[in-house]
Amino acid sequence: MAPIMEFEKPIVNLKEKIKELKAFTENSEIDLKDEIRTLEERLAKLEEDIYGNLKPWNRVQMARHPDRPTTLDYVERLFEDFIEFHGDRLFGEDEAIVSGIAYYKNQPVTIIGHQRGKDTKENIKRNFGMPHPEGYRKALRHMKQAEKFNRPIITFIDTKGAYPGKAAEERGQSEAIAKNLMEMAGLTVPIVCVVIGEGGSGGALGIGVGNHVHMLENSTYSVISPEGAAAILWKDAGEAQRAAESMQITAPDLKKLGVIDEVIPEPKGGAHRDIDEQAVFIDQVLEKSLKELKELSSEDIVEERWQKYKKIGSFQTV
Amino acid sequence: MPLKDFFGKRKKYASIPSEKAKVDVPEGLMQKCDNCKQIYYRKEIVKSLYVCPNCGYHHPMTAWTRIESLFDEGTFEEWDAGLTSANPLKFPDYEEKIKKDREKTGLNEAIITGTGAIEGKQTAFAVMDSHFRMGSMGSAIGEKITRAIEEARKESIPFIIFTASGGARMQEGLLSLMQMAKTSFAVKRFRDSGNLMISVMTHPTTGGVSASFASIGDYNFAEPGALIGFAGRRIIEQTIREKLPNDFQTAEFQLEHGQIDKVIHRHDMKKTLGKILSMHADGR
Repeated sequence: MAPIMEFEKPIVNLKEKIKELKAFTENSEIDLKDEIRTLEERLAKLEEDIYGNLKPWNRVQMARHPDRPTTLDYVERLFEDFIEFHGDRLFGEDEAIVSGIAYYKNQPVTIIGHQRGKDTKENIKRNFGMPHPEGYRKALRHMKQAEKFNRPIITFIDTKGAYPGKAAEERGQSEAIAKNLMEMAGLTVPIVCVVIGEGGSGGALGIGVGNHVHMLENSTYSVISPEGAAAILWKDAGEAQRAAESMQITAPDLKKLGVIDEVIPEPKGGAHRDIDEQAVFIDQVLEKSLKELKELSSEDIVEERWQKYKKIGSFQTV
Repeated sequence: MPLKDFFGKRKKYASIPSEKAKVDVPEGLMQKCDNCKQIYYRKEIVKSLYVCPNCGYHHPMTAWTRIESLFDEGTFEEWDAGLTSANPLKFPDYEEKIKKDREKTGLNEAIITGTGAIEGKQTAFAVMDSHFRMGSMGSAIGEKITRAIEEARKESIPFIIFTASGGARMQEGLLSLMQMAKTSFAVKRFRDSGNLMISVMTHPTTGGVSASFASIGDYNFAEPGALIGFAGRRIIEQTIREKLPNDFQTAEFQLEHGQIDKVIHRHDMKKTLGKILSMHADGR
């Protein structure tokens, strides 16, 4: 069973109570149907209250939930005949990013996504979804290939960030990300990005320059982790909740700021409660995006993307 | 919207007002080197462009002194001088911090953009200033860089950027992160149109700035000893649980690892850039 997050405990407790009453009714003469109905109504209201009013910090917890679906969970549900390809042809293979081709509704597409592990062993193999430069360079190699063969690119963003390690620095983490930003800018095929979990700063953006950028309702996208921001601003990582609120890192906030296109709804209680349903919600938005972008010429695809990024920012003149 | 309006009113060509150039230089007759602690007459270190005559340490320069050290007399023109940060997230204390740094540095933002001639070659440029909010990049900086690059593209002149930044500006949240994409997009358009871009990384160039425009010039240079890297030293040490060597993430380290083209001493900067510019005739 999924680990319970503190804020959803009242729901879980009430659910257990209802279960108990149901069991009791079945095994005894006393009829508690009315009581059960009352409690079920209360549960519906409670779920509405809690899941319908998630605080930024609750969403951070959702985005980091150990059972949160990963890129490959969605790939198997949304695409057919996925074939993964490996390696950057320069240094090595980075399993923190998966990349390959597949059919999406009978159309070949290139898929790129951060990939976390499901358990400790897989997480070590995948470096907890935190790429080294070779991950970004592999992604770029596949994006260029997508451009050559005129395939749309779909990326799934789910990383705490690019890996802050010695080897990553030595091999040019900065250059790898910077180059991806620059090259993604100019790709003549449609790029659709979906933030499915944590969008951790430059490490997320490194595969995130798209014509359309969507976010799952409980995913986050941030310039720095709330803990990191709190440590720098208030010298106290314990102020992370406050930082999460101040930085406006949730999907609804970012939609309001005009940084993302669509907020993709999640099943009640989060994506991990029903991966199939979540995949359907993603499918609906993805299909619409690709259909829209399909109408554009290759020049217009680049121009549309430029107009989108050119506009982002808020400043004044004194 | 006509282009003229888009770029706002232009200042006339002028010399750099000397009081601007002098802001942030500590008062007093003597000054101590931050590195070797040797004490000098202030005039001596100013004359050597803030390079320590003893150990060669390159002290951070203000944007105005940098501009003064590079451009030919009377060729400098500033663009978008009044463009500055808003507070789009209503982030606590952000406006006060900006106001304080404006007073401290005499700048409206941590960057000056414009055009000027280096050894007779007209270029567009952007010079960052780490004395203003650690040179962190928010929307205003992203916008100024983007406009400067676009203008350089239209005029078909080279674009030179001197970076000095701790990274993206937290107080503008994801809008800051998106400036990485926006500026890199502008670089892509500029480079694809055949124009020359030179990046000179000065101390410090880290985080979102090193992971965007700073690293994607046709040529990427650095000043000696400059800190250049993606993640902060402390974060890396905590992550890998080992102590990093002293020279980690210095300009020399980046040179050794193939990440930059050349380390250029500040005293040779103008001459070297001038030579490179002259080898790219017609701004290309």
